[in-house]
Amino acid sequence: MPVNNSNSLLKGLAARDPRAIGKAISIVENNGQGVTEILAGLDRKCIEEVLVLGITGPPGAGKSTLTSSMISQLRSDGKRVGIIAIDPSSPISGGAILGDRVRMMEHALDTDVVVRSMATRGRLGGLCASAGATVRIMAASGCEVIIIETVGVGQSEMDIVRLADITLMVLAPGFGDDIQAMKAGLLEVADFLVVNKSDLGGAEALVMDMKQIFATKEKESDIARVLQSIASENTGIKELLDAVQRFTTYLTINNLKKQRRKKAMEGETLDWVFEMLRPTLTRKLVEQTGQEQIDPRVRAKELIQQMLPINYHR
Amino acid sequence: MSIPYRVLIGKPGLDGHDRGAKFIARALRDEGFEVIYTGIRRTAAEIAATAIQEDVDVVGLSSLSGAHLRLFPEVIKELKDRGGADIPVLGGGVIPDEDKEQLLAAGLRAIFTPGTPAATIIQSFSDACKQQ
Repeated sequence: MPVNNSNSLLKGLAARDPRAIGKAISIVENNGQGVTEILAGLDRKCIEEVLVLGITGPPGAGKSTLTSSMISQLRSDGKRVGIIAIDPSSPISGGAILGDRVRMMEHALDTDVVVRSMATRGRLGGLCASAGATVRIMAASGCEVIIIETVGVGQSEMDIVRLADITLMVLAPGFGDDIQAMKAGLLEVADFLVVNKSDLGGAEALVMDMKQIFATKEKESDIARVLQSIASENTGIKELLDAVQRFTTYLTINNLKKQRRKKAMEGETLDWVFEMLRPTLTRKLVEQTGQEQIDPRVRAKELIQQMLPINYHR
Repeated sequence: MSIPYRVLIGKPGLDGHDRGAKFIARALRDEGFEVIYTGIRRTAAEIAATAIQEDVDVVGLSSLSGAHLRLFPEVIKELKDRGGADIPVLGGGVIPDEDKEQLLAAGLRAIFTPGTPAATIIQSFSDACKQQ
């Protein structure tokens, strides 16, 4: 009985029942029965009000540790927190080891810290769609701040962090080569740059470099955008969250949060469209025979024309 | 595309020897499982709460310190207290034969000891997940 089931799950979400939250997220992630009813039935006001933070950076920069100490600070401020921790799936077996929780176990028994580990499962669009829906499920279960944590070393992760209202990029001294690799992308979309492990040598130089890159951004909002932390000692976390709070206010009063959300929702809707079409398209493609000689672009256009009554000119 | 099974590998108690747990985690990953690893020195309650949050199909426990008779059934109890009585629990480690029966009677789905082939362990995880 999918309807009854989704109804009781929705009730469970509103009552903040951990089992219901976990089940609802699985249904969304697996495109299971009742997914439409669940997502349509979520409390829209909670979703509108939640603050979504994206945390990204190279492996080993301290993202999970920073996330954990941010959770501690948010909890002492009385906030209920949700965390979506994303790790890559193996391209060979499809399996994954999701280990971000190891650094967050101190919060394991806190029922106001909702953690969900998520594997990329090989398809970026699908992951963005699942993660976006998970944000809304967590929001509907009363989470006021949601953190999406993901390794940030490429285009794919950049798309995931765009689900967030505010993006934090975490770096640590000694990651020179990674910074080179990311210069063209993530630094541009990041709202904050956190130099973690700032007790290590080279931190000051890194901060100076980054301040230069973020100078324009700092000027436009008059909020410090390059911050330092030692996440393992909870140092710099309060200052970081204060800056995030000021920036949230800046985004809200300038109507920028709404604009960012609108864009994110549109992107996610497109992701869902492709996800929903994928099975049908894959089937049609497999059923086709003798078309190997046709150029894939021409084939794609024919496929679309078969499915949709549109005039596709190009 | 089939949906990957989600399992949790946990180490309850004060035992810090996690080579076995990590070996199993990697072997399961290589067979297409999504494995949530909790790290060492967790309480039964922490493992159960994590399993519920992550909505895993199966919980796998590893213990090499001899405290399995106390800790494994405690995880089952904590799961039950949190509405997760339906989540199967598998255990492995340095476990004498005479304890094995006791653990199975306490509700453990299967017990693996040194020398159990990895393929057997993976098959047990697979079977337990399938029943979920």
